[in-house]
Amino acid sequence: MKKQMTRKEMPLGTVIDSPGCSREYKTGGWRNLIPVRNAEKCTNCLICWIYCPEGCIKVKDGKITEIDLDYCKGCGICAEECPVKGKAITMVEEKKEN
Amino acid sequence: MTNLQTKKEPGSVKDIKSARFAAMTGNNAIAEAMRQINPDVVAAYPITPQTEAVEEFADFVANGKVKTEYVAVESEHSSMSACIGASAAGARTITTTSSAGFALMWEMLPIASGLRTPIVMYVANRAFSAPLNIHCSHDDTMGGRDTGWIQLYSENAQEGYDNMIQAIRIAEDQSVRLPVMVCLDGFIISHSVERVDLLDDETVRKFIGENKPPYHLLNVAKPITIGACALQDYYTEHKRQHSEALINSKDKILQVADEFAKISGRKYGLFESYKLDDAEYGLVIINSAAGVAKMVVDDLRGKGVKAGLLKPRVYRPFPGKEIRDALKHLKAIAVMDRVDAFGAGRTPTFTEVASAMYGLEKQPLMINYVYGLGGRDIRLEDINNVYEKLMDIAKKGKVDKVFDYLTVRE
Amino acid sequence: MLKVTEIRWHARGGQGAMLGARALARAAISQGKYAQGMPEFGPERMGAPMRAYNRISDNKFSLYCAVVNPDVVVVLDPSLISTIDVSEGLNKGGAIIINTPKSVDEIRKQLKLANGSKVYTIDATGISVAALGRPMPNTPMLGAIVKVTDVIKLEGLLDDIKHSFGEKFSGKVVEGNLNSIKQGYEKLNG
Repeated sequence: MKKQMTRKEMPLGTVIDSPGCSREYKTGGWRNLIPVRNAEKCTNCLICWIYCPEGCIKVKDGKITEIDLDYCKGCGICAEECPVKGKAITMVEEKKEN
Repeated sequence: MTNLQTKKEPGSVKDIKSARFAAMTGNNAIAEAMRQINPDVVAAYPITPQTEAVEEFADFVANGKVKTEYVAVESEHSSMSACIGASAAGARTITTTSSAGFALMWEMLPIASGLRTPIVMYVANRAFSAPLNIHCSHDDTMGGRDTGWIQLYSENAQEGYDNMIQAIRIAEDQSVRLPVMVCLDGFIISHSVERVDLLDDETVRKFIGENKPPYHLLNVAKPITIGACALQDYYTEHKRQHSEALINSKDKILQVADEFAKISGRKYGLFESYKLDDAEYGLVIINSAAGVAKMVVDDLRGKGVKAGLLKPRVYRPFPGKEIRDALKHLKAIAVMDRVDAFGAGRTPTFTEVASAMYGLEKQPLMINYVYGLGGRDIRLEDINNVYEKLMDIAKKGKVDKVFDYLTVRE
Repeated sequence: MLKVTEIRWHARGGQGAMLGARALARAAISQGKYAQGMPEFGPERMGAPMRAYNRISDNKFSLYCAVVNPDVVVVLDPSLISTIDVSEGLNKGGAIIINTPKSVDEIRKQLKLANGSKVYTIDATGISVAALGRPMPNTPMLGAIVKVTDVIKLEGLLDDIKHSFGEKFSGKVVEGNLNSIKQGYEKLNG
């Protein structure tokens, strides 16, 4: 776990003095369900890329390469919005290892 | 502006290059200070009795006397919100209000201080309704004393003018970075014409210097986040940091006062100590009524009574230790407030002073009065009665009733 | 010993007592005095009885309270005499200046004043109607106050009014007011 700052170490007045600090906070641990993508069914329409609130759908050259599980909260919007008949993304229970 | 004179005054201001004075109301004096400060942004909404000050400043803006961006907002909640945004963006920012306007800002006041935005606000003290009243009580700023702002109180238009100019320096200092309220009595001072000694524009400009925010939103080279959420993990540290900053601002306030004395010949401290050194009976009282009380002290001294007075100027941070040292030798003290703290059975200043005296081996006897609510006149004879009461208490060696209202029909 | 000349104005809202008191304070301050000019705002509405105060001194003072023992009482509206005790608290040897065309004796009888107080009358309304075409009794009264109190100089008052009124009003109005002040000074009875 990251060491927490003392009041003397903190910048003044609630300021966060470096940009993009949300990257340090991995929200993948919040997940119950995990999105599983069937690459054969997927048409790469990128509707999931548009809807994912965390920007976890990684795309290269117009094709989905992976779902970033460091930040995916398992909300299931990608699966809900997937227009492919029979769904190219499905949410399944995640088996967490300790 | 009218009636500006260039005149050397004998004595106090002889070292000053070009002392000027003018006949001004409290509101005029504040507007004049604002003109000389020439802030980047003013977002304010008119409310009696502060109205004249913003009207006059709006004139300065319209006539090109200042370079200020004047934001005409639809309420005080918006004025304070706009000021917070402007100040966070690095702008030197001023606003003004009274009473209900202050109350409508309330939600934003701790945000301004918590974000450490060095906004300066003029408050013409006015009573809260109900019943509806437009005159002076200290309900507004005394109610807001724990919103994390620095508070400076002013006896008259001169002190209001001087405090406004010093407030900019205090607020924007790198070691402080906190908003400052400058308070004076609505109508009694805000609408009364008196003589105000003024500094010239160049002197004020040099004195206040430049606002150099350590962070600001418009700096694209160093992007920052302001006002993110902090929960159980960080909130306490933020509050502790704020608390410490406010307490530590005392030294800077005194340093700014010393520098101000050099340019003006007018000396300010954390409070004014009037004939207290050898006094036996003392009042603690803020703003215009302290002026009336000083005249009573002079009169009593002429009759051989060892009367004195302490007029707090800096109320936040409260200079408890210094006040204790200034008062501890007295036989009896009356702490008087132009506000009640309903249900406390003591007024705010009494609570502060009594707390400061806590732990003294030999404590002076203390009583507490509420006076002058809603602009009720406080007269020489009223204050004289309080000193007589103090003499009586000191003679008997005990207090029969700590808390009371002065000049009330029972 | 601090000496402060205290003046209490009685008028109705709209007659210019507040402006009069402020103008007097401004003129005194311009002449290097310490002065206050303040209205008692509470009941000030058009036509309602109101009070305003002045204090003038050579020295600094800090009396931020109402004038209760005036050296001079100024009454801008003579109809107030029958409704309020305008002489209340008047200092021994103090003066009352009343805007009225009546004689000093008539007014003295009406007021039932204690001995020692002086009464002055001035037809301030008449003067202002002639000079300005409308009833603005405050400026002739300023002239009368200067004559009675002698705390500020007439020339200084005229200069100050010329300057401050000049920023807001036309030359004709400024002239009318200056003329009113002079006549108030010259035509004072008593």
